[in-house]
Amino acid sequence: MSQQGYVAAPPYSQAPPGMGGYQVGYAAGPAQPLYGHLGGAPHPFSAPAAGVMKPPGSTAAGMVPPPVSSQYNPNYQQNGSHQQSLFCTNTVSHGQPPHALPSSVASPGPPPTQQLTNQMSAMNLGNYGKHANNLACVCNKTFFLIFFTELQNKMLSLFTSFVVTMLISVMNIFNSSCLALPGQFGGMMPGPQAGMQGGFPGAMAGPPQKKLDPDAIPSTTQVIEDDKAKNGGQVYCTNIRGQVPPLVTTDFTVQDQGNASPRFIRCTTYTLPCTAELAKQCQVPLAAVVKPLANLPKNEAPLYAVNHGETGPIRCNRCKAYMCPYMQFIDGGRRYQCTFCNCVNEVPVFYFQHLDHMGRRVDFYERPELSLGSYEFVATLDYCKNNKPPNPPAFIFMIDVSYNNIKSGLVKLICDELKTLLEKLPREEGADCSAVKVGFVTYDKVLHFYNVKSALAQPQMMVVSDTTEMFVPLLDGFLVSYQDSKPVICNLLDQIPTMFADTAESETVFAPVIQAGVEAFKAAECSGKLFIFQSLMPTAEAPGKLKNRDDKKLVNTDKEKTLFQPQKGVYEQLCKDCVVQGCCVDLFLFPNQYLDLATMADVPSHTGGSVYKYNNFQMETDGEHFLADLRKSVQKHIGFDAIMRVRTSTGFRATDFFGAIHMNNTTDVEMAAVDCDKAVTVEFKHDDALSEESGALIQCALLYTNISGQRRLRVHNLSLNCSSQLSELYKSCETDSLINFFAKSAYRAILNQPLKNVREILVNQTAHMLACYRKNCASPSAASQLILPDAMKVFPVYMNSLMKTAPLVGSTELSTDDRAHQRLAVMAMGVEDTQLLLYPRLIPLHNMDVDSEVAPAPVRCSEERLTDSGLFLLENGHSMFLWIGQAASPDLIQGIFNLPSLSTLPDVDNPLSKKVRAIIRDLQNKRPNSMKLQIVRQKDKPEMLFRQLLVEDKGLHGGASYVDFLCYVHREIRQLLT
Amino acid sequence: MTTYQEFIQQNEDRDGVRFSWNLWPSSRLEATRLVVPVSCLFTPLKERPDLPPVQYEPVLCSRANCKAVLNPLCQVDFRAKVWACNFCFQRNPFPPSYAGISEVNQPAELMPQFSTIEYIVQRGPQTPLIFLYVVDTCLEEEDLQALKGSLQMSLSLLPPNALVGLITFGRMVQVHELSCEGIAKSYVFRGTKDLTSKQIQEMLGLMKPAATGPQGRPVAPQDAAASCRFLQPIHRVDMNLTDLLGELQRDPWPVPQGKRPLRSTGVALSVAVGLLEGTFPNTGARVMLFVGGPPTQGPGMVVGDELKIPIRSWHDIQKDNARHLKKATKFYEALGNRSAANGHSIDIYACALDQTGLLEMKCLSNLTGGHIVMGDSFNTSLFTQTFQGVFSKDHNGDFRMAFGGVLEIKTSRELKVCGAIGPCVSLNSKGPYVSENEMGIGGTNQWKMCSLTPSSTLGIYLEVVNQHNAPIPQGGRGAIQFVTQYQHSNTQKRIRVTTITRNWADAQSQIQHIESSFDQEAAAVLMARLGVFRAESEEGPDVLRWLDRQLIRLFMFHLRRSPFLQVFNNSPDESSYYRHHFTRQDLTQSLIMIQPILYSYSFHGPPEPVLLDSSSILPDRILLMDTFFQLVIYNGETIAQWQKAGYQEMPEYQNFKQLLKAPQDDANDILETRFPMPRYINTEHGGSQARFLLSKVNPSQTHNNLYAWGQESGAPILTDDVSLQVFMDHLKKLAVSSSA
Repeated sequence: MSQQGYVAAPPYSQAPPGMGGYQVGYAAGPAQPLYGHLGGAPHPFSAPAAGVMKPPGSTAAGMVPPPVSSQYNPNYQQNGSHQQSLFCTNTVSHGQPPHALPSSVASPGPPPTQQLTNQMSAMNLGNYGKHANNLACVCNKTFFLIFFTELQNKMLSLFTSFVVTMLISVMNIFNSSCLALPGQFGGMMPGPQAGMQGGFPGAMAGPPQKKLDPDAIPSTTQVIEDDKAKNGGQVYCTNIRGQVPPLVTTDFTVQDQGNASPRFIRCTTYTLPCTAELAKQCQVPLAAVVKPLANLPKNEAPLYAVNHGETGPIRCNRCKAYMCPYMQFIDGGRRYQCTFCNCVNEVPVFYFQHLDHMGRRVDFYERPELSLGSYEFVATLDYCKNNKPPNPPAFIFMIDVSYNNIKSGLVKLICDELKTLLEKLPREEGADCSAVKVGFVTYDKVLHFYNVKSALAQPQMMVVSDTTEMFVPLLDGFLVSYQDSKPVICNLLDQIPTMFADTAESETVFAPVIQAGVEAFKAAECSGKLFIFQSLMPTAEAPGKLKNRDDKKLVNTDKEKTLFQPQKGVYEQLCKDCVVQGCCVDLFLFPNQYLDLATMADVPSHTGGSVYKYNNFQMETDGEHFLADLRKSVQKHIGFDAIMRVRTSTGFRATDFFGAIHMNNTTDVEMAAVDCDKAVTVEFKHDDALSEESGALIQCALLYTNISGQRRLRVHNLSLNCSSQLSELYKSCETDSLINFFAKSAYRAILNQPLKNVREILVNQTAHMLACYRKNCASPSAASQLILPDAMKVFPVYMNSLMKTAPLVGSTELSTDDRAHQRLAVMAMGVEDTQLLLYPRLIPLHNMDVDSEVAPAPVRCSEERLTDSGLFLLENGHSMFLWIGQAASPDLIQGIFNLPSLSTLPDVDNPLSKKVRAIIRDLQNKRPNSMKLQIVRQKDKPEMLFRQLLVEDKGLHGGASYVDFLCYVHREIRQLLT
Repeated sequence: MTTYQEFIQQNEDRDGVRFSWNLWPSSRLEATRLVVPVSCLFTPLKERPDLPPVQYEPVLCSRANCKAVLNPLCQVDFRAKVWACNFCFQRNPFPPSYAGISEVNQPAELMPQFSTIEYIVQRGPQTPLIFLYVVDTCLEEEDLQALKGSLQMSLSLLPPNALVGLITFGRMVQVHELSCEGIAKSYVFRGTKDLTSKQIQEMLGLMKPAATGPQGRPVAPQDAAASCRFLQPIHRVDMNLTDLLGELQRDPWPVPQGKRPLRSTGVALSVAVGLLEGTFPNTGARVMLFVGGPPTQGPGMVVGDELKIPIRSWHDIQKDNARHLKKATKFYEALGNRSAANGHSIDIYACALDQTGLLEMKCLSNLTGGHIVMGDSFNTSLFTQTFQGVFSKDHNGDFRMAFGGVLEIKTSRELKVCGAIGPCVSLNSKGPYVSENEMGIGGTNQWKMCSLTPSSTLGIYLEVVNQHNAPIPQGGRGAIQFVTQYQHSNTQKRIRVTTITRNWADAQSQIQHIESSFDQEAAAVLMARLGVFRAESEEGPDVLRWLDRQLIRLFMFHLRRSPFLQVFNNSPDESSYYRHHFTRQDLTQSLIMIQPILYSYSFHGPPEPVLLDSSSILPDRILLMDTFFQLVIYNGETIAQWQKAGYQEMPEYQNFKQLLKAPQDDANDILETRFPMPRYINTEHGGSQARFLLSKVNPSQTHNNLYAWGQESGAPILTDDVSLQVFMDHLKKLAVSSSA
């Protein structure tokens, strides 16, 4: 594949008139205007390609690194570089000069395959090893010192490893209990350590004795800020195979030049190992996180729709891969070779085009399927159910009108909101009004369907009490266009709250409600989404009746998994029915107690739906929060009745899939619906050896019905590198994707295995991955050094955070429903969401520049970063806290709250308040879910909830602190290496 | 001395009774020899405008298994204030309220002219009438509009306190809640699922809440009427219901090419019966079913929805090829019995060009005394006027309908009751009056008629049980008492008591007296009823053979040819329909059904009845034929030509205009009184509709007897049926040959 051609933007402006799919906006000539728009200077994007491949010049070769002075001990500074190497020496026990260590780094004789890495390590150490942190860590009776040496290289923006060297005392009794019983490490907290230090002053040889400085260990916020500084606001062109994209947290613009945007696909690594042995050796999971309908920012062009008319998309005869930029045209353009299966296919006559001198089709730039990584085909009838064009999808609102929901005012809230919300149903770009049909059902023990046909003077209610065999009592008038039936619908929505105002019904059904939705869609021959608002466990006599099976005694036993397993039977079949009909279920729960969420959420979590949960719902505090979720859920970009197929080039294949999906066979990912926030994580395994030369290709094709009822095929293509060098692999790893994969696989594993095993596997694999790097890629160093691949240097903090999440931490204090909820939510998450969930943003608000455009940079998620006089905002995508320090200045509080009460955030007309609210609003908009803003004061009881999210600290319900975890992992690595 | 003719007429007018024999043979042996059993046609609620009901309770015989009502035949000792029961001879004291009686001060029930007397009694709460409409929505738009109009019109005919309900059905069954404001509510049932009464009531929310409510507070007692949202007084929901009917749409579910609409008649009826069962058991109620086609799904399905498979015909039934017949019949029978047990009657108004499954559904009406009306379309006057006829009122302004009738028969000890044939069900009351020999619905002396009209007539079959060697003293008289309890349409509870008596006669010595007391007409109808009853339960040819063996009488020629016994050229539905009406109409109407009446209008003289014979069809005559179900005006060839030539428009041919008008006026008179409305046919010589006439007349001239050709003596009928002449000749031969 030619790469030069991608420097310039494709001349789409020259598209012939026939190519209707091209927009003027995109056709505005070469890439230049695009960059200009972003305000930044054109990035020299021709350079990095080479840069990544080879370190320039030979200056580094053979250089001897200078001794590292342990006395040299400035404060650790993050200055945007990635070149860090930390040494930790326990001078007390070893009594060896620390400089002895780096010399071993420079020792010659690395095997050829590792040469590059070692060269770089050596070079880095040699030239820039000027900073070192010497830190001492005292831990209960065992004490050891960790020295961090930081090496920086500003000139070369390349890096290899993040090295933490730990010299562990001779009498180190670091044992596995340090994770299981984090209490032992309580001493690492600021308080008690002060006293401990005094006991060993003389023992410290050179460095001033300190506790382990958290600043010295790899910082997620720093990594994020560094990537922002490097890539923020830049244009990222997808013209290079195996290119590692900027982090999810960075704002950048993607220009599709042959590979799918990282918004659609992110991989755990962009360089696959050539052989299965290598893959097994490193244990780095090979996976891609696919978010097929991801939202694109406004400044990126939406996908082109290619219409090949009645013939439909052009596909390889053998493997059925779709026409894409990787197809090789041969024989003067008359034939093409499929790069996925190597089959040679005839080019259809209407599609024939001559090749230019480079063997590229002349119409290369005119056809998105030849030049872009992502595009859509207009599907023909062959791709439709029963060979009939699909009807536009429908939304059915199904409201539980039993006593609880009436009393809490929820029913009225929903009805009132729907009146405005229905005006904003999602619609096709440029369409006058939404094609989505709407329908309404209320229910308690029986179901009430409503006929809201536009011709009616008043709505008609049809009660179905036969819940054992659900059916839809009406066809015409149930699913209607809101625009047509507006008066009748408004009439209905006005009446529903009063109609049931006197209800005393305290039992509800649930499975029949979903069944009713499926039947409705079946009758209307469409797909769609159910919005179910339920407050109770379904206990009424009907299929899918549930009983309380919550048992805290099971926690931390082999049977704990049963708490997460849905009850079999009715719901299993219901999932299948839903998927077949393309019926997605969004479940809004308002429980006051246990409602067996694991079972109730079974259908949503297999149909591409979401579960929203509002414990002890109260109108005043949760109303707005719920409505925000509802609005997002309704207005989301969404596709229905979807089926996804991931094709790969020979040598490897997709073997496992994680997400809110249903699998009938091993290859087809069926989704009743997929929205812009839902991601499917796909794991790959080797079939055969891969070649470095041809690389590895992934084509992810999604067949779906769009919001206006058109059948579309969305194709995402991504090309990856292959290498027989593990160092290449580690270099192009992406921590955020890795942790997404680990989260999903661990959350699935807990259905079948005891939590303890799952946690062990996670730690072991973490250690194994790092040990393998250490063994094969890092330059030889003392065993006491913890050496992390640079791309994975913050991986431990995420992994530790993952293990502290509610589903994985066996604590009786957590509600079973909450745990099940989080488990299911994560299964459908994309990389952004898991990243944020596992490393929440802690934003200091007390000292920000109110005039600045941007929000203040987040700080690390640790209690130590809080200041008594401060004001912090903390969010993880699901909750949001405004933390007020004890000593926060009254001016500050007054400026924001304007009131003595601190329950809500009022509109106050001052720059600070405006800024704070703007930040919050901005975050709320960015996230897929709305977050309830909780205001906590330091030392107040609700602060517990807030502290749970400080993931670098020790977990409230168990789980190690970041530092402890790092130590533990290091020990494991050492064991593996010996 | 009046003639028997007058005696019979008088008895019919006063008591609504026609006996086959008006002198009874005094022993079982003689009675059996007479072939035609001692039997009667009894019209329990015969209109008696001259008979004011009395406002007190009847006096009953105190013997527990007798309980006969004091009547003019009882011997009364006015001094001792005791009376002797004429059935069991128990001597009973009069109740205290009768203290003042004497020879000159007799209560009405003792006067001979009050052999029929009606009591109004105060028993239980008065419940309003209930009308539950069950409406098929799988109709053509035009039909549905017409039906909606008729239904809306009917609301105005109902008394304001009557309770009304509405169930509509198509693919689904909807029970409409009537008292809701702002939103029209209905409960929907799947049309394919058979539900028990309990399930239906549960699903409609009619079950009493559990004894201990969630709040533990006692549930306030509510009367059934207030708690049932589905049956509401018409005055309260008139507007709502009118709107509801107005907004009624055709069943919205798409009907694919080559399919019948899915019609859940079975479930709809099941829901209707279940609803009434749960809310108003033992109260007068009418379920009125309006269907425009056969049930095509669920329980009670008569034919599948595939159009390529036609609905069963007699041919299929005889070949045992009717897949759904047995199952459906069983379903509707069970439903009919349940409904009858609760005293609710079911009407069927079936309007469609093809069959609608009346064969299977007929038992609903037959068991509950409901009407069956069959027409081609709801958009015909046949339906609209018949439907209005249901709500016709008597001179007091009360509906000509009664509910919850129970007829009890008591007989003198020489007689026993064999059974009854008519719109009734057995109440299985065994007693001394019940014969072991069953004819019709037997084994009981009590029957229930959920709905009655003044013309509802039962055939009652009796048996003389007196042994030959125990002669009845000269001048002995036998007596029968008919006690009919019913709910009048003005919701009063009433009891009508008819006590009749006839003389015994020794068949050996007084055979000529007995012969002269024979009522040919009554006997004809009674025997025909027996025949039809058998035809319903047995194979056709066997019944004809039985009939031939039993009787050699003139009318049997027509009965043999009638649709009541012959199924040829009739669909199973039509047969069911004809039989339904035959077993309930009074004597006059029944006779018309057996042997249609033919009137001739011509310039040769005043209108005259003529023989139902093809020889009566002459070119210069207008014929009017009344078969009860059809009313045919047939213009002879010449008349038709004149009419085409327009002579009736010319002033000089006023007489012709009048001639044309005369049969029409007569026809209109019949149309006005007849229920159900007959099919009115105006045809002429050679017209396609002339077949209605030609199929009925005696084929004395056919294409086979060539001598008739060319003569001016009527029209040949193209049939292979034998003519009366041939039939008679054959009969004569059989009568004299010993092998008969």
